[in-house]
Amino acid sequence: MVSNEWLFVGVFLLLAPVFPAAALLIPRLIAPRKPNPIKMQTYECGVETVGDTYIQFRVQYYIFALVFLIFDIELVFLFPWAVAFDVLPLFGVLVGVLFILILVAGLVYIWRKGALQWM
Amino acid sequence: MLDPINAIANWLQNLLSSWGLESGLVNFIMILIGVLVVAMTVLVLDILLVWVERKMVARFQDRLGPNRLGPFGLIQPIADVIKLLIKEDITPEGADKVLFNIAPVMALATVLIIWAVIPFAPTMLGASLNVGVLYIVAAGALGTLGILMAGWAAHNKYALVGAFRMVALVVSYEVPMVTALLVPVILARSMGLHDIVEAQAQGGWFILFSPVTALIFFVCTIAELGRAPFDLAEAESEIVAGYHIEYSGMKFGMFYAGELLHALTMGALIASLFLGGWHGPFVQQVPILGVVYLFIKAFFVYWMYTWVRYTVPRIRIDHMMSLNWKFFTPLALVMVIVTAILDKLMTGLPGWIYGLGMFSANVLVAVITINLLRTYSQKERQRVAEPRPVAQADLAKAPGSGD
Repeated sequence: MVSNEWLFVGVFLLLAPVFPAAALLIPRLIAPRKPNPIKMQTYECGVETVGDTYIQFRVQYYIFALVFLIFDIELVFLFPWAVAFDVLPLFGVLVGVLFILILVAGLVYIWRKGALQWM
Repeated sequence: MLDPINAIANWLQNLLSSWGLESGLVNFIMILIGVLVVAMTVLVLDILLVWVERKMVARFQDRLGPNRLGPFGLIQPIADVIKLLIKEDITPEGADKVLFNIAPVMALATVLIIWAVIPFAPTMLGASLNVGVLYIVAAGALGTLGILMAGWAAHNKYALVGAFRMVALVVSYEVPMVTALLVPVILARSMGLHDIVEAQAQGGWFILFSPVTALIFFVCTIAELGRAPFDLAEAESEIVAGYHIEYSGMKFGMFYAGELLHALTMGALIASLFLGGWHGPFVQQVPILGVVYLFIKAFFVYWMYTWVRYTVPRIRIDHMMSLNWKFFTPLALVMVIVTAILDKLMTGLPGWIYGLGMFSANVLVAVITINLLRTYSQKERQRVAEPRPVAQADLAKAPGSGD
């Protein structure tokens, strides 16, 4: 049997998109629809758009995404440690701190490598 | 009498049971009604927020704001909604139609689902998840997906650049934000928002135990919201409107509503994590007061967001990334270490010594940080002020500079 809490969240997750979707359906019924080629053009401050839209993006974004991935995963590991604080001995806390320090070492390494420098 | 919501819920449950429905079905109907009540309340508040935001902006800029429709212009947001509903909905050519239509729905829905776990009052809460904090982080990540979808699907360079920037920003600021979240979790020994608020009601608000963490969290949520000074994603002077540039009518309205509601949601979150949530005088006797307290605190934080938004100019992207990775992330990690060790060392001590110890540790960290920053900025200023050889030669030749 699923507990009430998760059922509530599940129903909420299913219903939440329904409200905005319903609000988007109303204009379909009452709003005017008169498309023409000029109106449908891509907006670019009045000039015609040149070249491909899907440009190559800077590698910088990718590096930051990688750094984020590493940090976020390691941080999620720390949450169970924080919850179990009452039963942890001082040694357990220090081990957790050591884990954070490894994280800090990673940050220092990335920093020294210059990956945090936006060019 | 003093707890009308639960009284109504009990009455409804008895009524449904008396019709001879199965208990499981009654349960499901109750949950459905609960979800509808929470969601509708939040959405009605969202429409009101348009008025609140415009009125506050006007006051910050020494204007009157909307004041024509109804008392104090209160009907203005409804007129806005009607205008958005009857506007033509344009899908630009080349757009990915499916993603283009899903993105605005995502923008509002991902904000809405956070309200499922926010405790409104001691006896009133949607779901008391034991992983509430992680649920909120997950919901925030889904919001990023909506932004990326919008930017990608619009087939517009500005939109794409805006989406890139927004995702880089949100993803980066999520690191110190999640780190800062660890501190309330350590203090409350639980990831459930209800337990965190309960711990604050008994032991004191967490902003007193850890003001530095609260500040880090506050700034990171501004970045998560993409509000000024972190509004690079919609920098008008560079990329016009960012990721929702091609949206018109109600679809744009969804982004706008999602953005405003997100700010209030983050306000409610900060209120729950650091400002005691529903905690306030007489709340144990009259639980309905908790809702009032929560929204007062949430709107206070919302007002702070607006204050910052219309006071501070936009920050450049490299400064923003440096601020996040080289300042907030190490500081948040230090705060977690300090809180963890101090908490373990001070177990068993009376509450006020514990609180005082935590607070002084925070003050110490803040003083050290400020001094480090001062040293760094002095060095940086000297480096910039140092005359370059070429400029110096020009100065010497310039007429009138000799005396």
